[in-house]
Amino acid sequence: MKIPLSWLRDYVDLDETIEELTSVLDDLGLVVEGVEVVGEGLEDVIVARVDEIRAIEGADRVRLVIVDAGAGPLEIVCGAMNFAVGNHVPLAPVGAVLPGGFEIAQRKMRGVTSNGMLCSARELRLSDDHEGLYVLDEVIEPVVGQPLLEALGMTCDVVFDISIEGNRPDAWSVRGVARDLATRLGRTLRDPVLAAPDDTAASATYAGAGIDDPDLCGRLTVSVLRDVVVRPSPAHLARRLTMAGMRPISNVVDASNLVMLELGQPTHPYDAAHVAQRTLRARRARVGETLTTLDDVERELAQPGRGLGDTGEDCVIVDGDDRVLGLAGIMGGAASEISLRTTDVLLEAAFFDPMSIARSSKRHGLRSEASNRFERGVDPALALVAVARFVALLRESNPEVRWMADPLDVSGNVPEPPTVSLRVGDLERALGVDVAGDEVRRILEGLQFRVSGEGSWLITAPSARLDVRSGAAGRADVIEEIARLYGYSRLPRRTPTWPEPGALSDRQRIRRRLRDTVVDLGVHESWTPTLGSDADFDVLSPGGARVRVTNPLASEESVLRSSMLVGLVRAWGKNAERGLGDVVLGEIGNVFIHPDVAAAPRHTRGGAGGAVSLALPQENERLTMVLGREGDDAHTAVATWAALATRLGIHDVVVRSSDDVIAGLHPTRTARLVERGTNRLVGYVGEIDSRLFEVLTTGAPRRLGVLDVDLDVLFEMTLDAELDQFVSVPGRYPVAIVDLAFVVPQAVHAVDLAEVLMAAADVVEDVTLFDVYRGASLPARTRSLAYNVRFSSPEKTLSESDVATAREALIAAASALGAALRS
Amino acid sequence: MTTSPLAELSTHVTDLIARIDRAATLADLHADEPFIVGKRSILSTLQKSLGALAPEERKSAGAQLQEARRGVEEAYHVRRTFLEEATRTQALEADRLDLGDVVVAKVSVPLAVGHPGIVAATQRQLEDVFVAMGFTVSDGPEVESDWYNFEALNIPPAHPARGMWDTFYVDLGEPETVVLRTHTSPTQVHLMEKAVAADSLPIHSVMPGRCYRRDTPDARHLAAFHQIEGLVVDRGISFADLAGVIETFTHSYFGPDISSRLRPAFFPFTEPSAEFEITCTICRGEGCRTCSQTGWIELGGCGMLDPAVLEAVGIDGDEWSGFAFGFGIDRCAQMRHQIADMRALIDNDVRFLRQFS
Repeated sequence: MKIPLSWLRDYVDLDETIEELTSVLDDLGLVVEGVEVVGEGLEDVIVARVDEIRAIEGADRVRLVIVDAGAGPLEIVCGAMNFAVGNHVPLAPVGAVLPGGFEIAQRKMRGVTSNGMLCSARELRLSDDHEGLYVLDEVIEPVVGQPLLEALGMTCDVVFDISIEGNRPDAWSVRGVARDLATRLGRTLRDPVLAAPDDTAASATYAGAGIDDPDLCGRLTVSVLRDVVVRPSPAHLARRLTMAGMRPISNVVDASNLVMLELGQPTHPYDAAHVAQRTLRARRARVGETLTTLDDVERELAQPGRGLGDTGEDCVIVDGDDRVLGLAGIMGGAASEISLRTTDVLLEAAFFDPMSIARSSKRHGLRSEASNRFERGVDPALALVAVARFVALLRESNPEVRWMADPLDVSGNVPEPPTVSLRVGDLERALGVDVAGDEVRRILEGLQFRVSGEGSWLITAPSARLDVRSGAAGRADVIEEIARLYGYSRLPRRTPTWPEPGALSDRQRIRRRLRDTVVDLGVHESWTPTLGSDADFDVLSPGGARVRVTNPLASEESVLRSSMLVGLVRAWGKNAERGLGDVVLGEIGNVFIHPDVAAAPRHTRGGAGGAVSLALPQENERLTMVLGREGDDAHTAVATWAALATRLGIHDVVVRSSDDVIAGLHPTRTARLVERGTNRLVGYVGEIDSRLFEVLTTGAPRRLGVLDVDLDVLFEMTLDAELDQFVSVPGRYPVAIVDLAFVVPQAVHAVDLAEVLMAAADVVEDVTLFDVYRGASLPARTRSLAYNVRFSSPEKTLSESDVATAREALIAAASALGAALRS
Repeated sequence: MTTSPLAELSTHVTDLIARIDRAATLADLHADEPFIVGKRSILSTLQKSLGALAPEERKSAGAQLQEARRGVEEAYHVRRTFLEEATRTQALEADRLDLGDVVVAKVSVPLAVGHPGIVAATQRQLEDVFVAMGFTVSDGPEVESDWYNFEALNIPPAHPARGMWDTFYVDLGEPETVVLRTHTSPTQVHLMEKAVAADSLPIHSVMPGRCYRRDTPDARHLAAFHQIEGLVVDRGISFADLAGVIETFTHSYFGPDISSRLRPAFFPFTEPSAEFEITCTICRGEGCRTCSQTGWIELGGCGMLDPAVLEAVGIDGDEWSGFAFGFGIDRCAQMRHQIADMRALIDNDVRFLRQFS
């Protein structure tokens, strides 16, 4: 909210420097986001009268204007066309420096010397108006040669741009900010200058008001203003509005806006001539009703919205014929708008239920200065005070206006200001310091809370403080107000300690081990998008249940990823385009499985009040690696897995080729990682499918290795491995090493044969595959697997015959799998 | 009477389809293309001959020829798909590798050094600071219900305060009841609910994680980002403890010459609430462009747990009190490494990634 300092000073004496005030406001939680000095640089600008306008030969965009600013005729070249002889305009003479540092010099244009510049309102930073010169006759009665600032009744001013927090509707006004300042600085808060009804006739003889639905409208006041003359606002009021960031429109509309900015109460003026039976009623909109709002959009009312619990309730203002005039507290309709012909005004000042305004405003996508205030909560006691202020402001330009006696004032349901108890010790418990009783009382009374009792206090919030709740929550609200005005910077600091130790969970600790390991294995850790397109995931598997975002920023970002492969291959492709494809990219992150197809959907509380059980996507943490270095392929992917598993102490996972096609992976060069014994799927290893490569990258076809691991499983296995702390001490006797090559049927896994060999004799210490051979010399559908076998005993040196016996046992065991010793 | 140029059409079609089916390889088929469906096809020749016909006849003959061409093209397409599949199958078979037979010892992998992600590395540093201060670390899901992300945090449905978060809604359940979490605060609710159920209060924990806001990415914001929040629920916890924890963290993470200050703010889930600022890490408090000459930069939000939150999770506010705080991990990384454009974090450009160790 933009607030001129001069306006604040109407309500509280402020002698502080701008820096001091900024710092006080910040410390009150009224954060100053900008400070603008206005009127600076206008000291040299004076009022000049246009005496003659001449064309310049050969120029149709500029004219020669002869003005008098009190010191005789001056020739000035000017491009504006919106003025006539006799008008008064601002003149920046030669030597003047305009806002922004623009210095006026004598200039020659089209062979004519220009002795200064005639200015638009924007050039003077008085408004955004750049349609032409700032013609002063429209706003003041100008005097030739008078300094412009004096003529406009202006002094230099400072505009604070203050961000008002959502829980401070009371502070969303000049007076609200002044109230905080007055309390903090220990000064008096002045009351606004108010008018009183001056027409003896009662309002009820002329107009009507009513509330049909008291839950939606808590108070509706209708005041009648007669003999209204719609004309521009006086310059100083128009200027105030401009500085506060609003455009002056007419004295009636401006007065409404000024009151809203100054006191926080939105009001709505209706042309009484266009309100049937001069009656305003507030009621619930009915299904089928429509309204064309001032922005020229026809809106269907009472239609349920998307939000949780949004039944479609709209509060509308209707006339005496029950026709809808406006969406209450949000926006009016065009029919009853104030115009130049308006003579009688019905002024509505009301209190509407904040939540229903919030829902309507959200549902209709319609926000206004009024709705922003009503949805946070406008002081229900303020309505007629605001009207009295409105009339006082309107009188400045419309002295003949009459305010009819006994304004109509209908009550609905208004929230009762809560009373909160503050017990002895509450402040110390909450803030760590016991603020002195006098200071607490001074703060609360400054903020217009009512305080009673000694020691333990009963504190009643003012009607403006709709943010203050009852009970324990209200106590916290009051304590915050005390702390805020006392000053957060004055509160003590204490670093607490507790007996419970800080620690990572096992999962977090193991995740770190994993991350360190993959980085050691050459991974550049990446961060690819969670949200992708249907096309992205169609590459992996067409169709299928996908988790979608209903309101994506773009349609390519509407599906939650079910795999990180797409993102990583694409990221690799982009690096490859830059000649940087010789790299391994990897990511540790979640993928999302739709609850309809997930093995373990997550069930959680949801719905209003958390009363419903919802099935949410299974979030599966995975490690995915794309190996793109020169020479990387399924072999290096397998070796990388082997290194990773070894580093984490995992020995029970086997690489199992299978004929099922795994989406996105090479159909004949990919295998599953399976836990022996449980057959749990740990992940996949291999290469990416060339089709995926073609779709996602632009480069020439090549192999990319892939490792994709389910971390939910891997972490559990790693933890089990950590818990199994048994180690064996190697024997001290010599080791016998034997190489055995078998002709093995294609269907027998190398690792299974190794396992059989390991178990075939007590003295086998280790079995390692060291060569695979395929060739025409071997029977069809077989290959030769050569193992390096180590024999040892903890008790003795093995004799040749011990070794021979063991070797025979191994050959016999292998034959059970159909493997024959290769001769 | 002249013979219609299309008298032999069905024979031609049969011949063409036979020719298509004879093609044994993709190359054969491709070589035959001009004769089958291309310019040198009998169909094209016939097309040209139609010009000699009377307009009436030309129309019906044209339609007939078009029909025939469609049939041939269809057959061509079917054959091509078949041959492509066969070629691929053949190539895949030739490529077949039993990964169980990979001799790991024989695979040579270049000695390469990897790099941790900057976000993960920053998160780890932050976690370490908090663990040393006595906090545990908690993880939580990224997809949350309305209850955990909003309502239990004292942000009821349709409340204007929801406008503080630009929310991505997930298409599950009733409209707007499932969200991509907009902050890691839902994890706080889970923790408190669990502690109440297990009767295991107090809680001293931080919760780092990925969050989402429906915000067009720019140099300062990404639609996905990382946050770390902290939660303390214990006996006798006051605002002074909150301010002390923030200050200890600030010194510990940013260095002894960087301190913190709190200013009043509004968050629905805390009361009193504060924004916390730290000494500008660029100018060390002297005043510079980054801190708009104030010497301070905003880091995050914090406050005492609102009684409404304690009530929602079933914690007795007369016995227990607590505080929460939160700030951006990415933002810490940005400040520490002077990253001009946050979008670099999601570009995965190797030239960026390899700068972190």
